[in-house]
Amino acid sequence: MLFPDTVAIALGACNVMLFEVRDLKMYYEIIGKGLVRAVDGVSFSLERGETLGIVGESGCGKSSLALTILRLLPANAKVLGGEVLLDGVNILKMDLEKFRREVRWRRISLIFQSAMNALNPVIRVGDQIAEAIMIHDKGIRKNEAMKRVKELLALVGIDPSRAKSYPFELSGGMRQRVVIAMALALNPDIVIADEPTTALDVVVQAQILKLIKDLQRKLRLSVIVISHDISMVSELSNKIAVMYAGQIVEYGDIKDVFYNPLHPYTKALLYAVPSIRGKRRRLNPIPGAPPDLLRPPSGCRFHPRCPFKTDICIKEMPELIEADEGHFVRCHRFEELRGVAFG
Amino acid sequence: MVEPVIRVINLKKYFPVRAGLLDILRRKPRLYIRAVDGVTFDIYEKEVFCLAGESGCGKTTTGRTILRLIEPTDGKIFFKGEDVLNYTNEELKNFRRRAQIIFQDPYESLNPMMTVYSIVEEPLKVHKIGSKEERYDMVMRALEDVELKPPEDFIHRRPHELSGGQRQRVAIARALILNPEFIVADEPVSMLDMSIRAEILNLMLKLRDEHSLTYLFITHDLAVAKYICDRIAIMYLGKIVELGPAEEIIDNPLHPYTQALIAAVPTPDPEEKIGEIPIKGEVPSPINIPRGCRFHPRCIYARPECKVREPKPIEVSKGHYVACLLYE
Ligand SMILES: Nc1ncnc2c1ncn2[C@@H]1O[C@H](COP(=O)(O)OP(=O)(O)OP(=O)(O)O)[C@@H](O)[C@H]1O
Ligand SMILES: Nc1ncnc2c1ncn2[C@@H]1O[C@H](COP(=O)(O)OP(=O)(O)OP(=O)(O)O)[C@@H](O)[C@H]1O
Ligand SMILES: [Mg+2]
Ligand SMILES: [Mg+2]
Repeated sequence: MLFPDTVAIALGACNVMLFEVRDLKMYYEIIGKGLVRAVDGVSFSLERGETLGIVGESGCGKSSLALTILRLLPANAKVLGGEVLLDGVNILKMDLEKFRREVRWRRISLIFQSAMNALNPVIRVGDQIAEAIMIHDKGIRKNEAMKRVKELLALVGIDPSRAKSYPFELSGGMRQRVVIAMALALNPDIVIADEPTTALDVVVQAQILKLIKDLQRKLRLSVIVISHDISMVSELSNKIAVMYAGQIVEYGDIKDVFYNPLHPYTKALLYAVPSIRGKRRRLNPIPGAPPDLLRPPSGCRFHPRCPFKTDICIKEMPELIEADEGHFVRCHRFEELRGVAFG
Repeated sequence: MVEPVIRVINLKKYFPVRAGLLDILRRKPRLYIRAVDGVTFDIYEKEVFCLAGESGCGKTTTGRTILRLIEPTDGKIFFKGEDVLNYTNEELKNFRRRAQIIFQDPYESLNPMMTVYSIVEEPLKVHKIGSKEERYDMVMRALEDVELKPPEDFIHRRPHELSGGQRQRVAIARALILNPEFIVADEPVSMLDMSIRAEILNLMLKLRDEHSLTYLFITHDLAVAKYICDRIAIMYLGKIVELGPAEEIIDNPLHPYTQALIAAVPTPDPEEKIGEIPIKGEVPSPINIPRGCRFHPRCIYARPECKVREPKPIEVSKGHYVACLLYE
């Protein structure tokens, strides 16, 4: 017979979200200047098999968010609040040794912004992947690891005989495939891809995006894809979070957010980005520039650039609230502004 | 017939590959990177003419060679009917005033030690134009033209005290101050944030109208090209494979390479996904350009003759040229 407690736990376990970030705050300290509010109250969740896109302009805190989750922050970074829950467990509070052993790469891995920097130029790519495997799987023998390397290379569409190549002998697209293979080496549940295609040409980018999509489906991965490029992110994601000045200002199912944007910044962005399809239409720029995160504006961070601002926007920071089911927005006036175009 | 502002005929630029000592001792033939390998086009007044294509296809080299920042290996360049390659020193100096360049990276192209005022004023001093007072007025007007208003707020700042978009405006003001007729804009918005790109693109269009400017606009981003350009030329391995009105190139691409490029561009519409990309393999090295049609190893329609015969540009519809044996 089951004890009631056990039942409760078992039932609870079914409801636990795979991954959840709650009100995360991470600031960098710059001596003599103050705090850079790079991640300032970020919340989102991710279920198995989902792809969440995080879009935002340069410096809004996207990479900082990824580094905070993976606990790869530089010394001047301070996590000042919030939780990162993996299967309901706060991995920010976990003993760092345990986190290294059990979480980083094994449960959550990262595809870095620059494939060039992620690979060691003087080590053959196969050996690099094998090394990554052996560091984590202490019991594994070299020849077993190499077997796994060949499987991984085949998985990302590289002829396994290329394991002997040095990074410079590979094209940019192939190097990015190697980096992806490395991220998959330990069968993670979640892969965070930070600008996985930024340095690549458009044809190669399309091939890498297709690879990520295929792998995601085949391995039932959850993916967080980070980029400044709305079009690229929309290619992969079923959910999207729009980030502005260290905060998520809008978040939800990608179709809800793109077809029915609620935040003025999201509306503005969608009108500022040219598309290759359809009739040529005039782009409406967003006035001003993103703020300095050392001295972010009072109230709503977007208010200095927002044509709809009122007193409350200058005084009070809006909360991220659920406007429609599963569609969140951080704006005091979203309700009155439904359907109103930017500018 | 209207005279084009720029006429480029069969322009070539080959860079020698540095040879190792052994290669020299073995008397290996010298190798060349054929960065630009026979490019022909005209740009008309007030036109935005775009060179698009993937990294390394020769866009920048073409732009710089036209301005004689690089000497061509072969070919002809005319600026309003004048033979740019036969300019005397005096004429070349004059050309350097009438034709300007804007670079991709406003961080690198502006001297970090100089104030905005001296950056924008410098070309006037180099060309010994105006008195100190006249130069002041010209600098202030140029800053207003690029919408750095009021200019008094900006003239004392240094580049690091400006946002990316403001820096690119300073670079544009500097290019404008000499009242040029022609500007090469080499990826002028690639480094900028998306919210600022639209602003710079619209500014460039406004300046074109107000100052009767003509642009050679270099970009790898076809969505940007479709937005700002009147005509687009698609380059592949140093050659133009297709050229025509912007909307036609994007909406009705004819060359198999252009078709692949356009199929690969993601759109900001979540319902529209990238399909199969009709292309094989990877870009070959510009040292070993394939014989025949240089695209044939990657072309899904390639036929035996594509390996041996180099296609010539064919005018398929008015002003729409394609260099592909499928259309010959
Ligand atoms: N080690 C650091 N110390 C201080 N400030 C930092 C540090 N790293 C990043 N920052 C600042 O934190 C903010 C967020 O940076 P982050 O790299 O997360 O942005 P991003 O959204 O990834 O930008 P990009 O699109 O350019 O990659 C920026 O203002 C940046 O200057
Ligand atoms: N000074 C140089 N010496 C040797 N090779 C060069 C030189 N400049 C350019 N190249 C080569 O010529 C080819 C064309 O380069 P170019 O910079 O014109 O391409 P691009 O189309 O502007 O590329 P990108 O989109 O990356 O800017 C490349 O293979 C490049 O490596
Ligand atoms: Mg980043
Ligand atoms: Mg270039």
